[in-house]
Amino acid sequence: MAEAMGFGHSVKRKEDARFLRGRGNYIEDIKFPGMLWLDIVRSPFAHAKIKSINKEKALATPGVAAVITGADLVPYKLAWMPTLMSDQQMVLPVDTVMYYAQEVAAVVATSRYAAADGVAAVEVDYEPMTPVLDPHKALESTSPVIRADKQSNRIWHWEVGNRAAVDDELANADVVVAEDIYIPRIHVASIETCGCVAKWDPVEGHLTLYMTTQAPHAIRTVVALVTGHLGLMEHKIRVISPDIGGGFGGKVPVYPGYVLATAASVLTGAPVKWIEDRTENLQADSFARDYHIHGELAATKDGKITAMKMGVVADHGAFDAAANPSKFPAGLFSIATGSYDFQKAFAEVDGVYTNKPPGGIAYRCSFRVTEAVHAIERMVDVLAQKLEMDPADLREKNFIKPEQFPYKSATGWEYDSGNYKGALDKAKAMIGYDALRQEQKEKRAKGELMGIGISTFTEIVGAGPSHTFDILGIKMFDSAEIRIHPTGKVIARLGTKSQGQGHETTYAQIIAEELGIPEDDVAVEEGDTDTAPYGLGTYASRSTPTSGAATAVACRKIKDKARKIAAYLLEAREDDLEWEKGKFFVKGAPDRAKTIQEIAFAAYTNHPQGMEAGLEAVDYYDPPNLTFPFGAYICVVDIDRGTGQVKIRRFVAVDDCGTIINPQIVDGQIAGGLTMGMAPALLEEIVYDENGVNLTGSFSDYLLPTAVETPKWEMDKTVTPSPHHPFGAKGVGESATVGAPPAIANAVVDALSHLGVTNIDIPITPPKVWAILKEKGVAL
Amino acid sequence: MNVTININGKEYSDDVEPRLLLAHFIRENANLTGTHVGCDTTSCGACTVLVDDVPMKSCTMFAVQANGKTITTVEGLAQNGKLVPIQEGFHEKHGLQCGFCTPGMMLTSVAFLKKNPHPSEQEIRWAISGNLCRCTGYVNIVEAVKYAAEKMAEAQNG
Amino acid sequence: MIPAQFQYAAPASIPDALALLQSNPDAKILSGGQSLIPLMKFRLAQPAMIVDLNNIGGLDYLRDEGGWLKIGALTRESQLEDSALVREKYPLLYDTTLSVADPIVRNRATLAGNLAHADPANDHPATMLAYRAQVVATGAKGNRTIPIDDFFQGLFATSLASDEILTEVQIPAPKPRSGGAYMKMERKVGDFATAGVAVQLTLDAAGKVEYIGIGMTNVGLQALRAKRSEDALLGELPTAHFIERAGLFAQQDCDPNADLRGSVEYKRNLVRVLTMRALEKAVARAKGNG
Ligand SMILES: Cc1cc2nc3c(=O)[nH]c(=O)nc-3n(C[C@H](O)[C@H](O)[C@H](O)COP(=O)(O)OP(=O)(O)OC[C@H]3O[C@@H](n4cnc5c(N)ncnc54)[C@H](O)[C@@H]3O)c2cc1C
Ligand code: FES
Ligand code: FES
Repeated sequence: MAEAMGFGHSVKRKEDARFLRGRGNYIEDIKFPGMLWLDIVRSPFAHAKIKSINKEKALATPGVAAVITGADLVPYKLAWMPTLMSDQQMVLPVDTVMYYAQEVAAVVATSRYAAADGVAAVEVDYEPMTPVLDPHKALESTSPVIRADKQSNRIWHWEVGNRAAVDDELANADVVVAEDIYIPRIHVASIETCGCVAKWDPVEGHLTLYMTTQAPHAIRTVVALVTGHLGLMEHKIRVISPDIGGGFGGKVPVYPGYVLATAASVLTGAPVKWIEDRTENLQADSFARDYHIHGELAATKDGKITAMKMGVVADHGAFDAAANPSKFPAGLFSIATGSYDFQKAFAEVDGVYTNKPPGGIAYRCSFRVTEAVHAIERMVDVLAQKLEMDPADLREKNFIKPEQFPYKSATGWEYDSGNYKGALDKAKAMIGYDALRQEQKEKRAKGELMGIGISTFTEIVGAGPSHTFDILGIKMFDSAEIRIHPTGKVIARLGTKSQGQGHETTYAQIIAEELGIPEDDVAVEEGDTDTAPYGLGTYASRSTPTSGAATAVACRKIKDKARKIAAYLLEAREDDLEWEKGKFFVKGAPDRAKTIQEIAFAAYTNHPQGMEAGLEAVDYYDPPNLTFPFGAYICVVDIDRGTGQVKIRRFVAVDDCGTIINPQIVDGQIAGGLTMGMAPALLEEIVYDENGVNLTGSFSDYLLPTAVETPKWEMDKTVTPSPHHPFGAKGVGESATVGAPPAIANAVVDALSHLGVTNIDIPITPPKVWAILKEKGVAL
Repeated sequence: MNVTININGKEYSDDVEPRLLLAHFIRENANLTGTHVGCDTTSCGACTVLVDDVPMKSCTMFAVQANGKTITTVEGLAQNGKLVPIQEGFHEKHGLQCGFCTPGMMLTSVAFLKKNPHPSEQEIRWAISGNLCRCTGYVNIVEAVKYAAEKMAEAQNG
Repeated sequence: MIPAQFQYAAPASIPDALALLQSNPDAKILSGGQSLIPLMKFRLAQPAMIVDLNNIGGLDYLRDEGGWLKIGALTRESQLEDSALVREKYPLLYDTTLSVADPIVRNRATLAGNLAHADPANDHPATMLAYRAQVVATGAKGNRTIPIDDFFQGLFATSLASDEILTEVQIPAPKPRSGGAYMKMERKVGDFATAGVAVQLTLDAAGKVEYIGIGMTNVGLQALRAKRSEDALLGELPTAHFIERAGLFAQQDCDPNADLRGSVEYKRNLVRVLTMRALEKAVARAKGNG
């Protein structure tokens, strides 16, 4: 029999078997007889009136079954849909398009090819309007209001902290630094795009929606809310999220394509498939970031930070279709106080409508944490520069100390645990920090440009707790349901949904750890709303903190019952039994034991009278607090003065995610996260021209790094378990994406700091760097 | 047009439009869905298959062009149900997360290791630079290729 | 992204292909397809007919013959990459090939297609300018040889007639004491050049520049020859002074556009820097230490 491995083992992934053989089951692999394909006509303008849409040629195209326009959806009240942020979004416009590449009409046809021909044949007559593209201008009173259903382009104003106290400190402090920092629009660009297959059963009045979603249950509820008035209730909807080819937050929102495929299936009575292509994916799906930040720090002259202020203009595009918890329109930006101990902080964010695609999702991070971390980690460097202090020393001086945890931050969070200096010390030792500073001094004397950048970040992940966190009112708990079969084998179902994180393995390891049942004997299932318990899904590094915790708690419930059965079988008292991974034995008589498998068998064949048969448990885990993973990253860059090219010479990442379930999977998450952190720091950006046309709508211009641009990451850990999580884990999928960009930006600025450079906005591209070198007179 | 393509040792014949992309023939006509499509610009390599043993992006070839050719897709890697070294390498070294890029990565690597059985880290990175992965950061993919190289060398010597 | 419909023919011989081209003026030749098929997928190209050359045997050669390196129409980039002859005797061509696209695209893409496509962003045109290569165009009336300086006729335009096939590329064999290098700035692997510079030169016994060709990629409507830069070096010792002058001339004579890859000023400067670096490398190689 296979052995139960549990925590700390690099158990090889159970899910690999199918992927290695090309037997994964992704959305595009799902097909049904008679299935139709849906393709979408998109706007060539960022803002325009639709004068007319002529379907005739499209309908005459061989294979085309239907053409759907906004006007067709109006009678069903489906031209608009709610967003996860309590805004509404057009499914199809009736008279005005709001952004470039917006969905304008849908064509349904017998094949992908016929649908594309149909799209090419739809004739739309537009009257272009001036788009509002600059969010700062959009806030001016003279700006046209782009949404006919709104009074203003300001979507909301959000703030936290004590403005008066902070302003006072800024006015009176020894030292004050201020900087404008823009974090541009980027896109998660998972290699699999989004799509769905909608299968409507007119007889049963039942909809099965196969879809690329990170949150199937929430989607089912949203679909029910959208279509309830048409008679489609939640018990008649089954959402299935098959294997997902990468999510990173991009597969949380509801896109018009999903709704259109559903409508088309109802209309035609046939299953309808919609798979977006890469261009649509990059041009129309939810973006991330797009934060215009003004940061200020106050400090004493010897480098003690005393106050922080952050003001943000957040460009949300034409609809607020972010995926933040309801009470947090700016996500968890209030974590911008970072790893540092000061008691005066204020942050405010204005959400703004512009004629750009909607979004504001996370790009592999927990609700705007990357923006917060980038802002504070950059600002700390700006301060170090002003004080002429080493940025490592300045950080150390301001770290929250291990003995201060749990630590109440100035913006109201209770940090659960941390050892920031421990992580930084380790990173400095790994990279040889002092020697690098020496080398830099020597290089500078020769006119060579090298920089060292540090980021000592703190994340905030694992939402709930549910008293604070909900999405559209649905509380952010998560769930696990575990059933032990008579032969001791297990099925576990969860409310989360893996997109590559390896849940089938790590959840099995939690069960192995808790119940001593070998990982091989555990089947893990997610993503089917008919079978899995309700949950909010996987994003924001919440799976381990929530469903992982639920799994442990459910196992403990099972263990409680197992103890009763064991006592019965062993004819012993319950408190005379001791648990050792996989079995109960009588204290002092280790050979009087019952394995969990024997107990499971008895649960169905020989359980005590008066006890319910079976061995299973469900847990809906509502975390008492968030978890606060952290890390220390150090990056070394060299700059080519002729081309402006930045080369990452070394990058050391020390992460602390608390208890580690599977070291290999954790390292895999960090390496992937680092790469997705490096990419926006150096390469990725969504760019619009002055007409609002997306210039980066394909992988030719939206630049994902290959193995060649990706440095060889050097990774290590410290372990500071979360005190409130059932087994001390914190979540790790996103730390590196959050922590890496400021390390890189700080390194480049550090290379140029002696020239008076204090900030360079990401992505730090060669032309940007070269322009600075030129201005400073050091370009070759 | 009628085409007959040998995929993984089996002949698939169909009457297709000339514009049908090879990737779609493999996925839809031959029902072999391990070959993926991830972009429109021949950039991502998720669609990579071996055409007469040479890696090609099957999204940038018409099915009619593969008429009479022999193609290997990910489904054709394992022999008699047994994983080949590159598959073992991806499993052992955790070279895949979501798995979407994996078929293309493995097929590229198989052909590369035939040409260069003892590659350096840098050579591996260049060899897989036509295949994008969004999940792994490539570290473990490189390790997987190294693992396969060693395994294959052992098999040769042993 | 789905191409529009077209008719397809895969003739087995050049004459058959020519006949098809003549009777179908809207036909397009298909070689590696690595430029044409993406354009068709975006429906930016919608040819009525595709004449696929890939079934024509014997076109994928690489021959060292009569003082020329002769490269067939269907010779793939990967063949150039794998050829010891190219690596040893044609380092400029070798550099260029390795900088084109990515390894998988190179398994399919052809040198002939790269030239015929006449995209200013393609890398081989500048290299062929630096080599003073020539191409063989085959039409109904037979073959004609076109010097590369006469081949590119602006954006995506060449002096090939629509019913002519580029059947062979001919690169003059470098004399002793020759060296070449291609320097390309790209944002990532698989990207087209922000700018690229190809240099091919020969030194005489005294170390003076006896032959020089310099071509520039993606800084004009077509690949450009840096003539003043060449003249600045011809007959001179390739010292830092002359290399710098050549760089400056290239900076002035290129004609880039501002785009996502950089401003005009940035690209001009880049051309200067790359020209100098390519010259230094080419000289080192000519001297046998590159
Ligand atoms: C992701 C990607 C990245 C790329 N990056 C680069 C790069 O960095 N540098 C670079 O130089 N190229 C790059 N390319 C382009 C690639 O090198 C092309 O393959 C090349 O430009 C065209 O060669 P082909 O054989 O594929 O031609 P095709 O695509 O088959 O044809 C291109 C054009 O030339 C015509 N044509 C082809 N062959 C002939 C012939 N024998 N006679 C007459 N006309 C002919 C065709 O009708 C067509 O108009 C890239 C391509 C891709 C997909
Ligand atoms: S799908 Fe073929 S390269 Fe992306
Ligand atoms: S494993 Fe997800 S794209 Fe590579």
